[in-house]
This record gives sequence, structure tokens and C-alpha cells, in this order.
Amino acid sequence: MAIDFQRVAPRTQRARVGRKRSIWLRIHLDPWLLSILILLISFGLVVLYSASGMSLSTTMAQASRMGVALLGAIAIAQFSPVTLFRWTPVAYGAGLLMLVAVEIMGDIGMGAQRWLEVGPLRFQPSELMKIAMPMMLAAYLHRRPLPPTWRDLLVCGVIVGVPVLLIARQPDLGTSLLVTCAAVFVILLAGLSWKFILTLVVMAGGAMPLLWINMHDYQRQRVLTFLNPESDPLGAGWNIIQSKTAIGSGGLEGKGWGLGTQSQLEFLPERHTDFIVAVLGEEFGLIGMCTILILYLLLVSRGLVMANNAQDTYGRLLAGSIVLTFFIYVFVNIGMVSGILPVVGVPLPLVSYGGTSSVTLMAGFGILMSIHTHRRLLTH
Amino acid sequence: MRKRRANVKNHEQEVRVFRNRSLVAALVIVLMAGALVSRLFYLQVIEHDVFITRSDNNRMRVEPLPPRRGLIYDRNGKLLAENRPTYNLTIVRERVDDLDTTLQRLIDILDLPEDEVATFRERSRQRQRPYQPALLMSDLTEDQIARLAVNRYLLTGVEVEAQLMRYYPDPIVMSHVLGYVGRINEEELAELDSGNYAGTHFIGKTGVEYTYEDQLHGKAGLRKVETNARGRVLRELDRDPPVPGKDITLTIDSRLQHMAYDLLDGRRGAIVAIQPKTGDILAMVSAPGFDINKFVTGISYDDYRALQQNLDLPLYNRAVRGQYPPGSTVKPFEALAALQDGVVKPNDVIYDPGYFQLPNDTRRYHNWLRWGHGRVDLERALEVSNNTYFYTMAYRLGIDRLSAFMHQFGFGEITSLDVQGASPGLMPSREWKREKYNQVWYPGETLSAGIGQGYFMATPLQLAAATATLANHGHWVRPHLAKEIGDQAIQPPFAGTKPDVQVDQARWWQDVYKGMEAVLQGSEGTARKAGAGLKYQMAAKTGTAQVFSLGQNQKYDADELTERLRDHALFIGFAPVEDPQIAIAVIVENAGGGVSGLGRELTDAWLLPDGKLKDWPDTTVNEEVESIDGD
Repeated sequence: MAIDFQRVAPRTQRARVGRKRSIWLRIHLDPWLLSILILLISFGLVVLYSASGMSLSTTMAQASRMGVALLGAIAIAQFSPVTLFRWTPVAYGAGLLMLVAVEIMGDIGMGAQRWLEVGPLRFQPSELMKIAMPMMLAAYLHRRPLPPTWRDLLVCGVIVGVPVLLIARQPDLGTSLLVTCAAVFVILLAGLSWKFILTLVVMAGGAMPLLWINMHDYQRQRVLTFLNPESDPLGAGWNIIQSKTAIGSGGLEGKGWGLGTQSQLEFLPERHTDFIVAVLGEEFGLIGMCTILILYLLLVSRGLVMANNAQDTYGRLLAGSIVLTFFIYVFVNIGMVSGILPVVGVPLPLVSYGGTSSVTLMAGFGILMSIHTHRRLLTH
Repeated sequence: MRKRRANVKNHEQEVRVFRNRSLVAALVIVLMAGALVSRLFYLQVIEHDVFITRSDNNRMRVEPLPPRRGLIYDRNGKLLAENRPTYNLTIVRERVDDLDTTLQRLIDILDLPEDEVATFRERSRQRQRPYQPALLMSDLTEDQIARLAVNRYLLTGVEVEAQLMRYYPDPIVMSHVLGYVGRINEEELAELDSGNYAGTHFIGKTGVEYTYEDQLHGKAGLRKVETNARGRVLRELDRDPPVPGKDITLTIDSRLQHMAYDLLDGRRGAIVAIQPKTGDILAMVSAPGFDINKFVTGISYDDYRALQQNLDLPLYNRAVRGQYPPGSTVKPFEALAALQDGVVKPNDVIYDPGYFQLPNDTRRYHNWLRWGHGRVDLERALEVSNNTYFYTMAYRLGIDRLSAFMHQFGFGEITSLDVQGASPGLMPSREWKREKYNQVWYPGETLSAGIGQGYFMATPLQLAAATATLANHGHWVRPHLAKEIGDQAIQPPFAGTKPDVQVDQARWWQDVYKGMEAVLQGSEGTARKAGAGLKYQMAAKTGTAQVFSLGQNQKYDADELTERLRDHALFIGFAPVEDPQIAIAVIVENAGGGVSGLGRELTDAWLLPDGKLKDWPDTTVNEEVESIDGD
């Protein structure tokens, strides 16, 4: 599997010998990415402090969690992509097995089951899949001539389909969509022909009614509520109406930190988790929203640059997918809170309170840095 | 094969494709970010006004501040109606983790009846604004509140809310005077000033509570508050305090009221006592009474049905609605009518053979004493309650003049000022009969009316008012229940005061009084037993009325029936004659006779310094205190 690396490695070493490598490359970190990450996390903590009702303990808990996640990312960055590549099938296989385990336990427990508990440890296999899925696809396509052929796509379909169906059955529509996105980005970046993409889009449109039929009542309710939130203003529409009110009443400059009435008086539901951006919009206004969007765009741009500098298919596809999926998080979350997308449980990355998804996201950035900083070994 | 294909990988081309794709992706990302920004711009800049209003409406709420309902006192300042805090059990569903467990705990802790919990479940299924407390149980006892407090940690989302509720310390004796308050119903809601009643749950339904609803209620206030999404008030922004309802002091003397109720001693009847000079209603009893406190919290269906089906009709206010044939009690008024119209002189003697006959008619109208009283003048006619004399007077007057004169004393009219539900009774006349039955008036009917029978109907309140007017030498003071409203005393004359009864010669009053005094103290007086040992001058008249069924749907019961076929006994009187302090009307249903003693005892109690008036014990409070001491 790792033939390519071994083949090119000696040549690279020869070419770069004697040249002084920057300190960042030696510690396998990217200063740009790290600075933007830290800026985002800091801004997020400021918003969280207000969103949690000035709870210092909540904010500190989140800060330490983000710190640990950041350290995790730095640790992952120390592994070379070669190692990651080797472990890819193991990660994917383990994720798949755990999803099956969850499925079985869910059947026993009669209801939604997303967690796997082993003693004191709780683990969400679908989170692992968010990373393992693009890794597996990238690893597969790494060895195929690109653009992918029909046969490749069929294999990819199986790699993607099985875990996505398992996650959707948990049921966790948000995560299954995100995992699908990660996979689709890998394939798109691999150079899937536009004609094919168009066909797929049309087919997906045709499949919508099928999806509708297979949805749970509460999922359908979310879509209906999204289409017309006023139809159920006290029930499911309440969240959207309140978050729109929060954002809209913030205006250009916002009501000021800690002064958002919608947020502080608890009209906003889930204000420190999925709906935290409404707090930001209310208290910091359009200026605050644009600030955080710019930070996200900077992060994504840096990520795309890093992906383009990757020197093999595996790294490129994986890095690209991680970055694009990250933006999808941002778009879906802000889109749902501001009422242009249905409410699916997607947190605002790096800002929403909660550990699991931040760890996954940070792991992604760790991989990104790993791919980026180990590239000189692979250069021709 | 695999290896060969792998070799076909074109790295240059892959890099180029990836670069193209990421450029496209970057473009799409910029477009998506643009979409987000334009959405945010729409919400935060274009629609900003809409949302800022909405967010203000969200957090600010105008709450009505219900005024405290005015208290009701008797004329001596004894509290008759007060407001007591009661406690309701509510549940905020959103804050309850597991409703079933919580309800089960409440059932265990409070011994809640299952059906109450079932109705709560039914109610709570209806969707409502989140975090609104739903009522589970009202009127918690102190014991229940204590038990809830102890188990508070088990009962998140369960709250005890305080509310002021009307409470009547003396609910049965005062029932028909005070009336009661009850929950506002839809009909009332439609007619109420919704602003003023926004925070009010109760309204006066009958009695004084009804008549003086406007004064007792007061004026609602407002406060603007900031709330959180749970509806919990965080801060008061603005306040317009309510104006409490005015306290009302009644003309009723609760001691006399109690005595009158006790004198009726479980019999069906009514007693009304009026202070002639002021028109103050000193006592207004209808027996049996009922527990008006039950109506405040909402009487149970079974209790209500029991009250409705009770043969004694406790809900029926006999004092003001009960229409009885006044019988012989009309004779003093009729005597005045005869004098005023010149059909008789006080000393004119009429011979009573035991009956009266209309000219050209063989039918005999009998005196109650079959063999007659012989020679009778006005004084003796009143003393012995001679029918023949008054048949003669009625015949000489004719129904037109009789009816017109009786109207001056308030018969056939509502004369009271503020008594809710008062009935006008019936003073028959030629016109009335033509309108009602399309029949001519027969002379015999005039004779019946002359002794207070036939169509003639009067309420105890009317009889008392007429007696008071008689005691006042014809000066009318409309009877009323309110003495003071707030700090303001109610002073006669009242609006729409009835014209006084005028007679040509003032001594005619004395002639009638003399006859009425003889009722008690004459050797032949119909109430001479009750008049024995009288320490002051008192004028009175007894009466009996043939039974007129009150209820249409009374069940047939042999023993009951014989008792209920007996005549109603009536009594009117006032004392002292030269300076009247009290005028009384007494009616006891199916008593057969002999109720003059009741009237005498009441005037004794009112007039004599060693009177038997006693403060009634506040039983409910005392019992509770005793039981705590006993523990």
C-alpha cells in the first residue's frame, strides 16, 4: 500500500539535504492554521461565557476541553501521513464494527442509540466515521488512476453507504449527512466528471420522495417546521422563531456582550450548544457575524492552500475533504439558526459547547497539519 | 494487473484536476458565505425593526394586578366576608423530568384522588406556551403544603401558588344577605370590562356581593415586567397599583341576625327587621340557609344537587323572593285605607254575625270565629282580627281604591334599595286581572284581597317595609342593606324615594296603633300570650295564610304532606310605638300559628338593655384553635 512513499522518499531526502528546515516544519505545525484556530476558539469562548449565562465554570470547562483537543491535534500532526495511511483500514474497520455494535444495542434498548459505553468511557462511533470515512476513500482512490471509473465509484458507494445507513438508522440525520458530505467531497476532488455529477444531482432530486417516506416523524416535522415555522410557533417552530428574533434584534452592532435579552432571558433554546450563533448575532450584531464568518473563511482558505500543497493523492483528497466538510458545518449551523435550512443537530464548529465534535474537528486539523508539514519528505 | 493500472496514474493531471476542483470549491464557498451574509443582512438590517419589536414583546409583559376585594362588615364592625390566601398546586411540565413519576409521588404525598390526576393529564395534553404552570389542585391545606415542602427536592417543576379567596366566617346564617362570589363564567365575561377584570377570577353572583360588585371589586392595576422564557418575572419595569375595592358596612346586626335564625329553629321561614327611621335592614333571615363558602371554590355536583333537591329549598331566599299571602297582617293598612277614604270612622261599629254576605248573593264569607265577634269597631277589629269588619271595609272601598292605597305601602312593588333579587309580590287589581287572565274582577275577590288572601302576595321584606312605614306615620325610607361604602355613610333620602303615605287626620295613625297594641295586650288580642309582661309599647298584627305550595316538584310523602298542608304563620310588629326603633315581619311556613313570640323576643332583645343579643362565636376559628391546643 505504501509503495509510493517508499519509492519517492530517498530522492526527496537527497534533494533537501543541507537546506535548513523551518522550525514549524520540524515541529510539524502550521502557524497560520494554529493562529486562526486559536482566534476562533477565543472568540467562541467569549460568546460562550455570555451564552452560558456568565457561567465561568462552563466556559472554563470548554476552554480546557478545547485545549486538550488542540493538544490532540498537535499530537496527531506528529504522525506522518504514511502512518495515517497504514492505519486507515483499521480505523475504518473499527468504526464500522462499533456502528454495528451500536445498532445491535440500539435494537435491545429500543430507541435512539448513538453512544457506545465501555466502563466509564462513552464513545460515539459516528464521530470516528467523520474522519475514518474520507481517510478510507482517499486511501482507496490513492491507488486508482483518476478520475475514478464506474467500478471505483461502485466500491466507493459501498464504503460510504454501509456506515452512512447505520448512522442514519441510529437515527442521526445530521451526522449521516455530514459523513456523506465528507465522502462526496473526496470523490468530487478526485475529479469525478461534471457530467456524472449532474446525473447524480438529478437522481438525488428524484430520490427525495423516497427519503421523505423513510424519515422518522420528528425528522419530517423538522422539515415541515423549517418550511413554515409559524405553523407551530409554540412547538417545533419556537426554536427557529426565537433564534431569528435574536439575530434580527441584534441589528448591525448588536445589543452588547451579555446584554442580549433573547439569550439572557432564556427565550433561545440550546443557546450554548447548537444555537450559540444566535447569541453571537444578538449581542455582536452583523459585525460580529461577519467577523466570525471571515475567521472561518480564512481557516478554510488556509486549509485549501495546504490541501493543494499536499504531494500525493491520499493527502490531497483527505485534506481537501476535511476542509470542505468543516465549512459545511459552519454553513449548515448558521443556515439553520438563521432560518434558511431545516434544524438538524449540527453544532457551530469550535464555538458550540460540547466535546465530541470539537475533538473530531481538531483531529481533522491535526491530520491537515501532518499532511502539510511532512510533505518535504515526499517532494520530487 | 493492479500494478499496471497504478502505473497509469498521472500525477501531473491529478494535481491539475485537484487545483481546478478546489478553485470551484472555493468559489462555491464564497457564494455560500455570501448567501449567509445576505440572510444575516436581511435579518439584522432590513427586518431589524420587526425583530427588535418582537424581542421586546417577548421579554416584556403587561400583567394585570387584581385589586383586593372589599371586605364586608356588619353594623358593629364584625367581619362577614374576608379574603384568605389559598394555595394552588401547579406543575410546569417543561421542568418535570418524568411526569408519571412526579404525579405518582404527588398522589402518594397528598393522597390525591386519581380522577383529579386524570383530568390534569387530559388538560396538560393541550399544547400551550412552554413553561406555563398548569393547575393540578386548588385550595391546599396547610398540612398538604407542609408535606410538599418536605418533599420539595423530589418534585422539580411542582409549585405552590398563593391566591386570595373569599371566605365567609358565618356562611349559613349570612348566606342570603351576603350572597357569594364564584368564578366568572363566559356569560359574565362577555359583559365585563375586560381590562378591569383581567386579573380577577371571582365575581359577586348573588346578594350584597352581587349588588355592590362594582364597589367591592375596585380598580385593577397594571405592571410591566420583564420575564424570561419560562414566564418567570425577573424585573418590574413599571407599575400602576390597583385601587382596592371598598369595604362595605352593612346595616345588618349579625347578633340580631343570628338570634332570628336561631329562633326559626330549623323551620322554613323568614324574618326581616328594619329600623324604621333609617330604613336599615337589621336582620334579613331566610331559613334554612346554606354554606356559601362552598360556592366560592366551586361546589361539587353532588353537593349542588343535594341543595337543589332539598325539600326545604335552602337556596331559596324566602325573605325577599318568597311570595306569601299576607293574610290578616294587611288589616292595619286596610284600616287606614278605609279611614282615609271615609268609608268608616274609628268608632263606627259593625255587627258581625260570623259571616259577611254580598248584596244579592247568598254566599257567606265567614269570620274565622264561626259564631262571630258581635259588635266590632276598628280597634276591636284589629285586636281580634275580625274578618267580617274587613270584608265590609274591602267591599266599601272596592278593589280599585284598596289596591291603590296598598300600593302606597309598597305592596306589589319593589321598594328596597339594594336587595338583590327582591320580588314585587302581587297587589291584584281589576286591570291586572284583565291583562293576566282576560277576566273580569268579581266582587268576591275584593273580599279575599281584604283579608290578604286570594291573589294578594307579599314578601317578608315588603311586609317589614310596610310595617316600618306604618310605624313612621307613613314616612317612607327605603329599606337597604349597605350602611357605609368605603368611608362614606349612605344617608337617606335615597334616589327615587317613594312618596309618603298621606292621611287627612294624623290621629288615624294612633287609632290603628291602638288596635295593634291591643293585639298584644288586649284581653282578646290574638297575640296576648306573646304580649304578656311587655315592658314597652308595641304594635303588632298576626296573620295566617293558607298554604301555597312553594316548590312544584315536591315528592309525595304522607307525613311530610300533612305537615306541609298546615297554614303559614305570620307576624308583623314595631316598637316602641311612640318612638319606633324596630319593625319586624316574621313568616314561618306551615307553623299553623303562634309565631308572635318570635317577634316579641326579637324586639325584647333589640330594645331592652339586658337583651339577649350575643356575639356569635366564630366557630370555625375556635374549633381549629381548640384542636391544636388539644394536641
